[in-house]
Amino acid sequence: MSTPPSTPEQKREITRLQELVYELRVRDAMTTRVITVTPQTTIAEFREVLRANRISGTPVVDEGQMVGIISIEDLIKALAAGQMNATVGEKMTPRPVTLYDDEPLIHAVGKFSSLGYGRFPVINRQGDLVGILVQGDIVRALLRRLEIEYHEEEVRRYRASHIFEDILADQVTLRFRYQVIGGDFERAGEASSRLKKTLSRLGIHPRIVRRVAIAAYEAEMNIVIYTDGGELVAEVDPKRVYLVALDQGPGIPDIQKAMEPGFSTAPEWVREMGFGAGMGLPNIQNCTDEMRLESTVGVGTRLEMVIYLDSEARPCSPG
Amino acid sequence: MKLREVLQLIEGKVLTRNTDLDLEVKMGCGADLMSDVLAFTHEGTLLMSGLTNPQVVRTAEMAGIQAIVFVRGKIPPPETIALAEEKGIALLASKYTMFETCGRLYRAGLPSCGLFESSLKRWREFFGEE
Repeated sequence: MSTPPSTPEQKREITRLQELVYELRVRDAMTTRVITVTPQTTIAEFREVLRANRISGTPVVDEGQMVGIISIEDLIKALAAGQMNATVGEKMTPRPVTLYDDEPLIHAVGKFSSLGYGRFPVINRQGDLVGILVQGDIVRALLRRLEIEYHEEEVRRYRASHIFEDILADQVTLRFRYQVIGGDFERAGEASSRLKKTLSRLGIHPRIVRRVAIAAYEAEMNIVIYTDGGELVAEVDPKRVYLVALDQGPGIPDIQKAMEPGFSTAPEWVREMGFGAGMGLPNIQNCTDEMRLESTVGVGTRLEMVIYLDSEARPCSPG
Repeated sequence: MKLREVLQLIEGKVLTRNTDLDLEVKMGCGADLMSDVLAFTHEGTLLMSGLTNPQVVRTAEMAGIQAIVFVRGKIPPPETIALAEEKGIALLASKYTMFETCGRLYRAGLPSCGLFESSLKRWREFFGEE
């Protein structure tokens, strides 16, 4: 039986994998937390190090200098010879072959196949030991990158960012409205979660999306905690996200006081859930470019927030 | 730091299914106040918390946090785990206290989220120094 011809998709995947081995660096795949032993460590102790950390070999370091490498094969040889009290210094391979952390991964692939070693210590250009690489790390790094790219591709396919270019009008505004149910902690945050996903699909910068999401979530939690319910409305145009949180009461008696960091009227059970510490409104202020709060006791509260799409350089919560 | 290394350092357990232990966390934050999580973290932070209700997962989602460690041996209720699995957020458990869990990771090189302008502002206002 002959092997079936590969589909165009398979071909593309294989080419992408080959490209990735050149694109990715050793440091993208290596494990940064390196477990080491010293030349004075006994083989019996070394066995315990391997067992406890579930690894198959370690570099040997003496006074900050890497002097060798020792693996499970050396351990088995020592075991067979009944030399469990020998030291790592006697059984190690001195002057191990190393990789540089900024080398392309393809160099590592080449060394694994030509030298047949199970692992390579990774050093930086100053000669410091910065990581260790086993063959499995390479496969994991490649799969991980492929997965990320696949996910990005999916997002791109969903992305509606071209909508502003495709629709012919002097002004385009997209409006999203979400219902928020008062007192429903089970679903609290769902409106903000859906808004966050929607904004991502619109292709808005992740930093902007994060700021909008945090402001929306704090506002939504306020509606859930303090009111009988309300709504969250987001209007998006090419320049800004305009967010309004509306509710039908009870209203805020003293807005200035409510804005003070740490001031809160939240009941104990709300605090036990990690909310109601009096940081919600100050957080919203820090995340938004503009914020207006209007409230009438017995009527309701209207919180307006604006985040400009070109303010992405500014991280959330600086103020 | 990869979740795999985090798990080794805190001698922890994984609570969610399909958890990618090769996920990289860039820094850590320990907090039980959800507003603090929103205000004092960045994208890619590892959150240590003693709170286990589903809102912790919601908060993480909003803040772009992809992994949470529950400290002091606290095990979250099934609805928290279900929500985390739905959102693709990794949940880990540590039997150590908040202080020790954070300390183990910090000592191994996981940095904090750094200083925040809001903290510095309060500091200057109270202590009157630059």
